[in-house]
Amino acid sequence: MSSTTLRRTTLYSQHKALGAKMVPFADWEMPIQYTGIIEEHHAVRERAGIFDVSHMGRLDVSGPDAARLLRHVSTYDIARLSTGEGHYSLLCNEEGGILDDIYVFSVEDGCFIVVTNAANAEKDRDWIIEHTLAGLDVNVKDIQTVTAMIAIQGPEARERVASLSPAPLSEVKPRNCLDDIEIAGRRAFISRTGYTGEGGFEIVTMASDGPAVWDALLNGGALACGLGARDTLRLEAALLLYGNDIDRTVDPFEAGLGWVVSLDDGADFIGRQALLRAKERGPERSLVCLLTEENGIPRAGCAILHEDKQVGKVSSGGFSPSLRRGIAMGYVPSGLRTEGTELTVDVRGKPLPMRIVKRPFYSRKSA
Amino acid sequence: MEYPDDLRYSREHEWVRLDGDAGVIGISDFAQDQLGDIVYVALPAVGSEVKFMEKCGEIESVKAVSDLYSPVSGEVLARNDSLIEQPELVNSAPYGDGWLLQVRLIDPSELERLLGTQEYKDLTARAEE
Repeated sequence: MSSTTLRRTTLYSQHKALGAKMVPFADWEMPIQYTGIIEEHHAVRERAGIFDVSHMGRLDVSGPDAARLLRHVSTYDIARLSTGEGHYSLLCNEEGGILDDIYVFSVEDGCFIVVTNAANAEKDRDWIIEHTLAGLDVNVKDIQTVTAMIAIQGPEARERVASLSPAPLSEVKPRNCLDDIEIAGRRAFISRTGYTGEGGFEIVTMASDGPAVWDALLNGGALACGLGARDTLRLEAALLLYGNDIDRTVDPFEAGLGWVVSLDDGADFIGRQALLRAKERGPERSLVCLLTEENGIPRAGCAILHEDKQVGKVSSGGFSPSLRRGIAMGYVPSGLRTEGTELTVDVRGKPLPMRIVKRPFYSRKSA
Repeated sequence: MEYPDDLRYSREHEWVRLDGDAGVIGISDFAQDQLGDIVYVALPAVGSEVKFMEKCGEIESVKAVSDLYSPVSGEVLARNDSLIEQPELVNSAPYGDGWLLQVRLIDPSELERLLGTQEYKDLTARAEE
């Protein structure tokens, strides 16, 4: 085994200067926390926090047939996107298993930006290139290393960005984007998206401009937040984590992602036949949200029991700083998925009573 | 990082402060920093027995759960129940209000098997490398 060198984002010196604890994450050396996970979590819920998400994959898919290619490889009917609109989508294999969850933005006619998970970035790029049908006029360009990506999230996110940018941010609807705007004097692409359950933006700049934009947001009063808070925030918002909550053994209907599978436009995307069958059959198991009223924190991998019999496993679990309780997501037989169902999670040999609750655990008070 | 001189430390990052025939136990500044925000502490009941370097509880942070080992053998005389509502005291005051247990020592020679301040500092310096 050769030891692999971890990759560093263009914001690495910023993280070190802020005293971040760095950890390996999907080949990258990333900050897990700066001041503390709970403080960072609350900063995002109450004010604004910034995250280096440069480790996420970014592809520029351009050409007259860009939309056709993306429709072929992903489940959502992106023909519905007008310029400036974005949507969550999935890459599935022929069996309907989820290869990744992605975001697709229509930047202009024949030009899309696709954001993928860090751990899948290269696989996704290669998958999309391999599945480019013969004769399509389209170019897939990996722009991950030449760009930086920063998320700013929280109720004050918009005013923080607005203080650095003349762009008409209030006109951008959730999930939509603006290209070629200026922020802190640098050019950027921004989208009104995120992974925390709060409003906010994700900002893509040239890699060399990343530090200046990061510093400007920080000086404007946003708190630097690491992967630790990113995980507690997304779990409270019941946003799925690829590799934990979804993977190629899961179909979109089991994961509650039927809303991103467009079957009615007739497009023959990869996995369509399998997903038609899966939809007709209905999911045998379903992802549910579990909350405990007792002390104890369910973690990924813990067994879920119903009447002393194991019926599933926790796919993501942890402590919710907002609820001050243990929360979890996991798969159970669909017959048990009703809200209010009492289940038990085996936390290192100790039974923890949990109840199925409405998804998500946390939703923001104001839009 | 702070390491008071009047304590003995275990290799598992607990400390003990001798007070008559009893010892007060907690976890070190290094340990609380490594764990991050502590959200739940499970401690043995008053009156129960704990044994030298055997598991006697759990400390759970947002990130992970860790076993707590008792750095001395004896009977639990008191436990810090304020940690039920305020587990974060372990982070903010690991040698003060964030103490965990008070134990009546049955074998004070166990303290000699623990580390002094300098030895413990060296251990944490190596761990950080």
